[in-house]
Amino acid sequence: MVTETATVPAPAPALPVKTVRVVSRNWGKPNSHTLPSYRDSGGYKLWEKTVKGQGLKPQELIDTVKAAGLRGMGGAGFPTGVKWGFLPKDNPKPRYLVVNGDEGEPGTFKDRYIMELDPHMFIEGCMLSSYAINAHVCYIYLRGEFLFQVKRMEAAIDEARAAGLLGKNILGSGFDLDIHVHRGAGAYICGEETGLIESLEGKKGQPRLKPPFPAVVGVFGCPTIVNNVETLTHVVPIVEMGAEKWKALGKNGAPGTKLYGISGHVNKPGVYELPFGSTMRELLEFAGGVRDGKKLKAIVPGGASCPLLLPDQLDTPLDFDSIKKAGTMLGTACAIVMDESTCMVRAIARLLKFYAHESCGQCTPCREGTHWLAKMLTRIEHGEGREQDLTLIDEVANNIMGNTICALGDAAAMPTISYFKKFRHEFEEHVKTGKCRFGEHEVAPRQVTIGP
Amino acid sequence: MSLAQSEHPKGPLEFSAKAKDEIKHHVAKYPDRRAATLPALYVAQREFGYVSPAAMATVARELDIPETWVREVATWYTMYNKVPVGKYHVQLCGNISCHLTGADKLIHGLSQALGIKPGETSKDGRYTLAEVECLASCGSGPAMQVNDDYHEHLTVEKALKILRDLP
Ligand SMILES: Cc1cc2nc3c(=O)[nH]c(=O)nc-3n(C[C@H](O)[C@H](O)[C@H](O)COP(=O)(O)O)c2cc1C
Ligand code: SF4
Ligand code: FES
Repeated sequence: MVTETATVPAPAPALPVKTVRVVSRNWGKPNSHTLPSYRDSGGYKLWEKTVKGQGLKPQELIDTVKAAGLRGMGGAGFPTGVKWGFLPKDNPKPRYLVVNGDEGEPGTFKDRYIMELDPHMFIEGCMLSSYAINAHVCYIYLRGEFLFQVKRMEAAIDEARAAGLLGKNILGSGFDLDIHVHRGAGAYICGEETGLIESLEGKKGQPRLKPPFPAVVGVFGCPTIVNNVETLTHVVPIVEMGAEKWKALGKNGAPGTKLYGISGHVNKPGVYELPFGSTMRELLEFAGGVRDGKKLKAIVPGGASCPLLLPDQLDTPLDFDSIKKAGTMLGTACAIVMDESTCMVRAIARLLKFYAHESCGQCTPCREGTHWLAKMLTRIEHGEGREQDLTLIDEVANNIMGNTICALGDAAAMPTISYFKKFRHEFEEHVKTGKCRFGEHEVAPRQVTIGP
Repeated sequence: MSLAQSEHPKGPLEFSAKAKDEIKHHVAKYPDRRAATLPALYVAQREFGYVSPAAMATVARELDIPETWVREVATWYTMYNKVPVGKYHVQLCGNISCHLTGADKLIHGLSQALGIKPGETSKDGRYTLAEVECLASCGSGPAMQVNDDYHEHLTVEKALKILRDLP
């Protein structure tokens, strides 16, 4: 029974003093989620100035975001200002700003902290961005499980509306803007931007073929910009301090700051704001290193869909371009750390079970391939693998790559290929001996299907 | 409420006045009524306990949209319970970060202590156990969601205490 009373004790994320505090600057202050607290630290001054036409004009805002080099923090890293520039100039239809707060990528837990601990900075980011692209309605799409965050966002939006910062003719400026929260209902694929748009329209969240891109035909058939929660929150400090100063906060050639998450076998898992371009070694140090003094085995740098980073690659800067050179992806920049006790076959078998469950079923390679991979990997994990499975895994994974409507197919194939390539001996050993050297697993009883 | 009691009658279901208001409020947010399907289904789930075909029909009538549209959505998303679940829907994350920090042990332990496998409901109708995907609590796992509430940093003992302390 759904009671709709969600209470969540927001666990204070680990925030050592040495981190930079730009988008996380209000976290930890008393009542940091309320309007008075946000106002106390100068919040909404920028919006008041901007909406009254005393600040940057819409095109100047877009140019500033472009000059700052802000890139999408939802996983793909597309330059934000460039995306905004794709909106058609001559389309008379209304434009929408849609925020992606689906946060479903396994290992990822950064956006929820923004919403729990400083919803108003995020809202101010939505306001400035809506103004920049001339949108008068903004939808924040939150995953269904986030009832606490839905309530927190709605309360913050109500506060802002009551203060005259949202609504019709804001502060006498003639500019209208409203923000609505839309709650999903449990489907990872609704994090994919066109699946999200379908879901927002009240349909199954099945991704659309692109083009047309959402900037041209998005929600309700209108030009739409989809951005991640963190992406839009960074807009506030960028406009506040100007592109150049914000850029200078970064390291190793990357601009600004970044919320990095870290989980798994570390001493202090949490969300850390660091200069963008900090290295994996630095992030691991902030997280107190590998737990129980164990040896590091591998790291998934940015959510489950990324290929592995190995211990000899710890000095890789965690930004989109550097990490690509290291053969993997930044993704959501939430790292998953695995120590020497981790069985890589088990890890990837668990992940494939996830992708098989979440495949929306539109494309044959993804629908069939993820299930096939999950079956083979589970078989191998249980010591029932066959010799030919080893060849098939590679083949099936490679046949998914690039042959699907959305990137979920690739997201399943890439880690499979990577774990298999980098730890092939573990797969072979499972098949040969029918055993796992990492010991007997406490195998969770298999899920029985609920309902029809 | 026992499972038998919560099963819907064959006849039509009616929304309360409060529920109708709530749905109106949702409809007003969108240029198209169909977009209110997801929020309206949540209202139905709360009002009727679970989303039966009768509840789907009520949502369709209230939104004035075809019933097939509502059915398609209600059956596609996992958070709409198509059959009655226990008083407490215990949803344990089994995904990667929680897996690394002891989710299997937790699922195993709870399953044993409650005498039900994931997917099953206890005889007294108090608990339904389920293994779910990442809950975005990866830095504070292993995690579970009980109805609408998150619980983090769990051990078997801690989780059992939380469940037994519930009213
Ligand atoms: C399967 C899949 C799941 C995704 N899940 C999310 C998500 O939960 N949150 C998110 O912000 N982006 C997610 N994305 C990325 C979005 O499609 C899109 O790139 C992003 O929302 C754009 O915003 P940004 O440019 O600000 O990053 C996902 C993509 C795919 C293919
Ligand atoms: S790749 Fe998979 S999830 Fe994406 S559209 Fe195709 S079947 Fe659906
Ligand atoms: S992996 Fe369990 S909450 Fe993310």
